[in-house]
Amino acid sequence: MHGRHGPGGHGRHHAGEREYVVALAGNANVGKSATFNQLTGIEQETGNWPGKTVERAEGILQYRGHRLRIIDLPGIYSISALSTEEQISREFIAHDHPDLVVNIVDASALERNLFFTLQLTELESPMILAVNQMDLASQKGITVDTKKLSSLLGIPVVPLIAIQGKGITDLSDVIIRAVRDRPKPHRIEYGREVEERIRRITECVPPGFNGYPARWTAIKLLEGDTETTWAARTRAPEAAALAAASAAELEKMHGESAGTILSGERYHTAERMVEEVVSIHPSEGSEYSLTDRIDRVALHPVLGYLLLILTIGGLLVWTFIIGAAISEIMLDGLSRIAPVEPLIDGADSDIIFNGAWTGFVAALTLIIPYVIPFYLFLALIEDSGFLTRFSLMLDRGMHKMGLHGKAIIPLVLGFGCTVPACLSCRIIESPKQKLLAAFLVTLIPCSARTIVILGVVAAFVNIWWALALYLFDFVLIVILGRIAFRVVPGESVGMIMEIPDYHVPHLPSVATQTWQRTKSLFWIVLPSYIVGSIVITALYALGYLEPVNAALAPITVVLLGLPITTGIVFVFGIIRKEMTLLALAALTGTTVFSTIMTPVQLIVFALVTMLYVPCVSTIAALAHEFGWKNALIITALEAVLAIACGAVVFRLLSLVM
Amino acid sequence: MASGVGLALFYGRIGSWQGCFLTGVALRGRNFGNPKSYILGTPKYLVMASEQLEEYLESILDIEEREGIAKTSAIARCMKVAPASVTEALQTLSDKGLISYQPYKGATLTDSGREMARKVKRRHRLLEVFLRDVLQIRDDNVHHEACKMEHTLTDETEYALCKMLRAPARCPHGSLIEPCDRQVESCAECLNNPSLAAAFPHRHEHLIPVTAMEPGQKARIAFIRGDAGVVQRLTDLGLTFSTEIQMVRKAPLSGPVEIGVRRTRLAIDHTIADHIFVAALGETS
Repeated sequence: MHGRHGPGGHGRHHAGEREYVVALAGNANVGKSATFNQLTGIEQETGNWPGKTVERAEGILQYRGHRLRIIDLPGIYSISALSTEEQISREFIAHDHPDLVVNIVDASALERNLFFTLQLTELESPMILAVNQMDLASQKGITVDTKKLSSLLGIPVVPLIAIQGKGITDLSDVIIRAVRDRPKPHRIEYGREVEERIRRITECVPPGFNGYPARWTAIKLLEGDTETTWAARTRAPEAAALAAASAAELEKMHGESAGTILSGERYHTAERMVEEVVSIHPSEGSEYSLTDRIDRVALHPVLGYLLLILTIGGLLVWTFIIGAAISEIMLDGLSRIAPVEPLIDGADSDIIFNGAWTGFVAALTLIIPYVIPFYLFLALIEDSGFLTRFSLMLDRGMHKMGLHGKAIIPLVLGFGCTVPACLSCRIIESPKQKLLAAFLVTLIPCSARTIVILGVVAAFVNIWWALALYLFDFVLIVILGRIAFRVVPGESVGMIMEIPDYHVPHLPSVATQTWQRTKSLFWIVLPSYIVGSIVITALYALGYLEPVNAALAPITVVLLGLPITTGIVFVFGIIRKEMTLLALAALTGTTVFSTIMTPVQLIVFALVTMLYVPCVSTIAALAHEFGWKNALIITALEAVLAIACGAVVFRLLSLVM
Repeated sequence: MASGVGLALFYGRIGSWQGCFLTGVALRGRNFGNPKSYILGTPKYLVMASEQLEEYLESILDIEEREGIAKTSAIARCMKVAPASVTEALQTLSDKGLISYQPYKGATLTDSGREMARKVKRRHRLLEVFLRDVLQIRDDNVHHEACKMEHTLTDETEYALCKMLRAPARCPHGSLIEPCDRQVESCAECLNNPSLAAAFPHRHEHLIPVTAMEPGQKARIAFIRGDAGVVQRLTDLGLTFSTEIQMVRKAPLSGPVEIGVRRTRLAIDHTIADHIFVAALGETS
């Protein structure tokens, strides 16, 4: 019945039945992930977009005999029309032609959300609107006339309370109907002066240009959108020239750039729509009472910082005491099943089995006690709204490094895994600050590096030296941040960030987010540990390691004062930092590192591991986001830095210890 | 802050009177001060020089903003002159309708007095930026130079200076520069075509930067300082011209300010917030 795809539709067939693709789009903090979880339940898959390595959730909704693939597009954080998330969303909608776009908006912030909705309608994709958080809105005395909104926009509008699951059945019904009816939103017209120019440019745009609707292209050309203009300059020169001339005319008439005029008109339209559909009855309680009461503490000049220190302190205590203890217990239990001791000689099968088992245990003892609790905690403070407040409180301090409060989010993520942290630097608008933040993120001790510090220094020297290494790293980050701020060209701009209301974390969303973040780590860590562990022992057995060690000896032995075997250990560490532990154990045949290195050597070893280069996945992520040149500069810089710090610390500590 | 540089000009000649922004303020024919002074051979009057008058207004503005009312003693300290001279000067200013003066209590600026004082302040600070950043004059000389130059600037020069300096937000000493006194929505309008500025009518409402708003206060966005990039960024966030905003809280130590706009809350960097000027609602200042 639905065998024929709609125009441009490319739904996949699944078991002989048409599978529809439905994309969820909307601003951040509107309950998008809660809606996603309600729609898809537990049946979820992750995937990467072609060409873009972005965390993206994908799930399946089986409903009334239909199979729907639900895709959760990234939340629009920065609201700016020029943000990366917006670009990603629009590319997906234009190029992947989902059968339906479900735009989720926050009922209590309709005006701001409709600004994005109006931009979405310009993509002329089949679309419906879900007005979420109706309950919170009515607590604030806001009611939304969804019927009227529907007639204004020309598409179905569904009221929703996603967190409680209210309206999900209605939403599913409307989705099922809409994937067949393909409701297209009304064309929302701009003012006459603007509209006239858009019409004339549209006529010059060749059909199917770049895969976007002609009118959309015309609007983007008028706004001076870099990507569209660049493409049009060669392939639609007439439209590009006309758009440039029209933009200049508008600028002359109004004194503002065409982009500003269009944005202003969109807000104006959103304002008018809100006036028509929203009625406000001031409720008895004050509007932001709960949020206000919490903010009085969380943003208090003294209490706020105290809360921040307690939070960070709590995380450190967890890592160094509770996490370490759980890790110990797990290791004990697992070594009863089979010894976690790498073999260097013996039967080939034994070497391979032991290597694989050691790798498996190492991965489990990393992920369960350290990574999962950290990501869980992070998801909690993120979902409840506390993370945004921390960003606010630390804004001033971040200015010293040319960054602003928003950079706290990638930096904090960096304690888990550097790769997603680097990607999350996208929430920062200015290219310079994005690069600065990513550079500093690579220096943050991620869970892998924490493991090395714990496994080498805390275990065999003492915990205070481990903390001192952490502290040294933070000081280094601040110093390098200040230097990089001066050296890196470009502009540092201040932060503008939306402050969401607090709410009780939605546990399924928190669980999903934790799992999404952990899962990617699982797929990378587990195999790379097992394979890496096998490869190391095999290479050693074959005698390939000696030349590498010899080549690196001037650095490892002469400069850093470490045993010669560490040369190859550092090479393996580039794959993943905690591989240094595995490699060291495999090569020396012991996990009691104090028998092979002095305390000073242990500290220097951990310090160098912490700093020397980002791991391979991080280098790839940096190259993807900032180009190979920047990725290699950062890598080389950190290698030199690590050797320099290591050499100095070795000589200083040798004097006192 | 304000200086006593005008001291040398206290008695004597009529300054290079520009009159462009003091329209309606007559300076002639007021009896003032020392009867022994003669101007252009006229033995009857001493005429207070416009520089002097403007210096007084600036001092009063500074003190008033700090203390609410400008006491004679405070003005005397600020301008480094004798209290008796201050009293005479205040009388003159009061006669001109620039201040309301109550003997023994002090002075407050009238609307026209405040407008004039702000205009001079703006020119002073623009000149300071120019002297330091363009001419690279030593920091400790910048203030005194600006004090001398500020009284002779025309509107045309002021707008050209502001455009050349790309509408600076703060003077070298960190004080906020007043927004331009024409009814433009943003600097983008002027930066593209500075000759346009003079064609806009004068702005009559008093604008304050968002950072000067009090928690709970409501206001309407009236002017955005900065180029097209700044304006575009703020527009995309819904901070468009004439949008109503409410101050929620200000973080300490010039941290970000939190405002309510379009039923959501935004945290805005202090420096950016300095660029957004608002007209307070339900208040006349």
